[in-house]
Amino acid sequence: MDEIIKEFLTESLEGLDQLDTKFVALEQNPNDRDTLASIFRTVHTIKGTCGFLGFGHLEKLTHAGENLLSLLRDGKLSFNQDMASALLAMLDAVRTMLTEVERTEGDGEESYAGLIETLHLLKEVGVAKSAPPVTPFLLAPAPPLEPEPVVPPAATNLSSDPAPEPFLTTLTALPESAPQPEPATKSTVSREPAPTPPERPAAPPASSPAGSPAIAESSIRVDVPLLDKLMNLVGELVLARNQILEYTLLQENPPLQAASQRLNLITSELQEGIMRTRMQPINNIWAKFPRVVRDLAVSCGKQVRVDMEGKETELDKSLIEAMKDPLTHLVRNAVDHGVELPASRRSAGKPEEGCLLMRAYHEGGQVHIEISDDGAGINPVKLRNKALEKGLITPERAAAMSDQDLRRLIFLAGFSTAEKITNISGRGVGMDVVKTNIEKIGGVIDLESELGRGSTFKIRIPLTLAIVPALIITSGGERFAIPQVNLLELIRINEEQRGAAIEYVHSNPVYRLRGKLLPIVHINRELELTPGRSNAVNIVVLQAGQHQFGLVVDQINDTQEIVVKPLDKVLQDVPVFAGATIMGDGRVALILDVLGVAQQARILNDSHDHNVAAQQHEARDRAGERQTLLLVRSPGNGRLAIPLAPVSRLEEFPSDQVESAGEVDVIQYRGQILPLVRLQDILSERRTLDRLAHDEAEVSASNLLQVIVFGDGIRRVGLAVDEIIDIVQDIFEIKGRSTRNGVAGTLVIQGRVTELFDVQGFLRQVAPLLTLAEEA
Amino acid sequence: MADLRRQFCTFFLDDRFFGVDVEKVQEVIRYQIITPVPLAPPVVRGLINLRGQIVTAIDLRRLLQVEDTLADRLPINIVFQTWQGIFSLLVDRIGDVLEVDQSCFEHPPDTLEGIARELIQGAYKLQGRLLLLLNVEKLFSPAILNRQRRTASH
Repeated sequence: MDEIIKEFLTESLEGLDQLDTKFVALEQNPNDRDTLASIFRTVHTIKGTCGFLGFGHLEKLTHAGENLLSLLRDGKLSFNQDMASALLAMLDAVRTMLTEVERTEGDGEESYAGLIETLHLLKEVGVAKSAPPVTPFLLAPAPPLEPEPVVPPAATNLSSDPAPEPFLTTLTALPESAPQPEPATKSTVSREPAPTPPERPAAPPASSPAGSPAIAESSIRVDVPLLDKLMNLVGELVLARNQILEYTLLQENPPLQAASQRLNLITSELQEGIMRTRMQPINNIWAKFPRVVRDLAVSCGKQVRVDMEGKETELDKSLIEAMKDPLTHLVRNAVDHGVELPASRRSAGKPEEGCLLMRAYHEGGQVHIEISDDGAGINPVKLRNKALEKGLITPERAAAMSDQDLRRLIFLAGFSTAEKITNISGRGVGMDVVKTNIEKIGGVIDLESELGRGSTFKIRIPLTLAIVPALIITSGGERFAIPQVNLLELIRINEEQRGAAIEYVHSNPVYRLRGKLLPIVHINRELELTPGRSNAVNIVVLQAGQHQFGLVVDQINDTQEIVVKPLDKVLQDVPVFAGATIMGDGRVALILDVLGVAQQARILNDSHDHNVAAQQHEARDRAGERQTLLLVRSPGNGRLAIPLAPVSRLEEFPSDQVESAGEVDVIQYRGQILPLVRLQDILSERRTLDRLAHDEAEVSASNLLQVIVFGDGIRRVGLAVDEIIDIVQDIFEIKGRSTRNGVAGTLVIQGRVTELFDVQGFLRQVAPLLTLAEEA
Repeated sequence: MADLRRQFCTFFLDDRFFGVDVEKVQEVIRYQIITPVPLAPPVVRGLINLRGQIVTAIDLRRLLQVEDTLADRLPINIVFQTWQGIFSLLVDRIGDVLEVDQSCFEHPPDTLEGIARELIQGAYKLQGRLLLLLNVEKLFSPAILNRQRRTASH
């Protein structure tokens, strides 16, 4: 059964159960508005959802009930016995219909016209004048209760297991990649004369005419945090199990070993079960995309078809949730910016209808998701110009970037190429947010694009954030875990053969594996470990993306189930580790990230990733990081902010210590000569005459000089300012442009307009002075 | 000010006397086996297993650029819960929890340089010695921990 229908049923049945109680309460206390309002809400929700799902009869009936309830809620009518009976009759009818929905995915043929009429009548008159219209309908629900011979759409389903099975079968029975979901079709299908039922005589509805239908009994709602907790506990249990297994191996104690074997099996099964509770097909988020795309395409005047592959691909619930927004954004982007208008498609020789392909599959212990369009593709030149215009990259760097690097610029913070802000994209949620969100769950995103042919966004996310089988190796005296999904085979070369086994292509070691050259990576070398002693050569053959390589390790231990624990942020910059785990002896072991190791060893030829990542870090530092600024009074009594990072010290000198060397003011400072530059000489003049006089007076009055020392120890320069006002730390955003030399822009700090000192410009300007200090 | 006295968890590097806000400290534990992390910034000594939780151990000596001891004494772990996560700070010796009057606080002298200037918030002038107050949130910020890597790699 369709997930959405299943959810609707669970929700509605829950609501109905509460309604029974509420109606009874209402009869005791007919004027309780709160109860009425809550009944109204429940009925309203059911009505809304079944309207959406295309259950026409159900919608009409609940609509009639809702109308009556709304008048009651607003106090326009007063509640009475007749109404209670009619509404309760409606509840029963709804329940019957829901049973029908569960069984056939249609809401049955009974339209309950009479009951609807009564509800209308009650609404019109306030009181149904006579009993007759009401009573018949109390009996009305009877007919549909007969096990009606209706076939579920998934007619292939011969299983007699009523509860979980339909869910699975109908998933596959969903119309393959329907471009536009037409909820109406479902109800029309079920209204057709039904053929004979499959071998399923035990009709669930008949067995539970009064209680809730089977679906409510076979599934319960569980808080995700509870599942998270169970998952964590299972993780701990696996670790404890590993410890016990390790311990019992050393004991000559058969009963203990038997018990620990059982513990082993049970733990594994429990672990698998808990993991399955959290797995969901990706279709749960994909299902809404055909509709999203259709609406979007219509509003842009485009034609877009959605193709989906692998919607049954399962991944962890929390990952599904986390992927929802990034995927929506990517899909919207593809339609809005990727696919062209029909006219330009035609002139480019493409079919008018664009195609959006969504693929999902498991590979290498990860879930791969691809969103491709056959649109215009991403123009690297356009991106470069945009980035330059926004000052996100320097011209030198732009010149050195490949087209692929340029395309990856769209992941930079503060980048949006939409020329005008449409109501679809360009609402401030950029690709950088998509990237950040994906990285947050340990995933990566990349793109491929060809001008005129379209773009593909490739996302890889971990299958689950939990427990993986791994090979444990020892190198440099430390143990490391290698996820088994990356593992191809193990090779052991004896001492006698070791000399000839590893050969060199130029200076790169290789091993002949069944006639093919396998690049060899020494873990000790890559991780800067001190090699342990081992007589044989142990090679772990690994798969990293498209590449294979052999990792030489000191020792191969065994395989274990390990619980992946994330590393702290500080260590996430170290690309070779995917996490850490706790071993049987209670010690921590690092988990190798095979792709990271391959990159470290330059097996993969895309060091671009690192470049782009580094650039993004820089950009983020600039855009969003907290900055510490020094506030000083600038000549002319303004405020000037100086970034504190390049400042090495703040000093105070009596002004009579200032000496001069040629044309330069200097001061003796820590056994060196510190060239001194006055702030007013750096900033272009903007002083009015009266201020000038005022300033002169003030400077001579104070005989202490505030000096900001820039530099790295050997080469220093001092900037003399009149007064240091404050040090502030915050995320600052440049609001205005530079108005004069020496100023990088203006911002608002502490509610006052403040100029931002152009430190780079200043250091360039005083560079000749720095050499002077060095020579001295 | 509402309360003029604050409680500090104190500890030593050689005879340098440091303090941190006692509420930031989760626990103090004796030396644990540390799993080193290759290629990590040098201030990260490695990872320890704290009852099933993996905790990053930061070497305060390396952080403050105080020379390493000849390892005759195993460091003590002070475990912190911070906004950045859970961390262990490796120190030489643990001191008492002290209640200190806020009035004897003074900001660090201008001569204090570099990373120490950012991490040491100031000094409490106690009888006979100075208690240096460390900024815990800053201590474990990636910006600080990674900075050492850059200077170290040069």
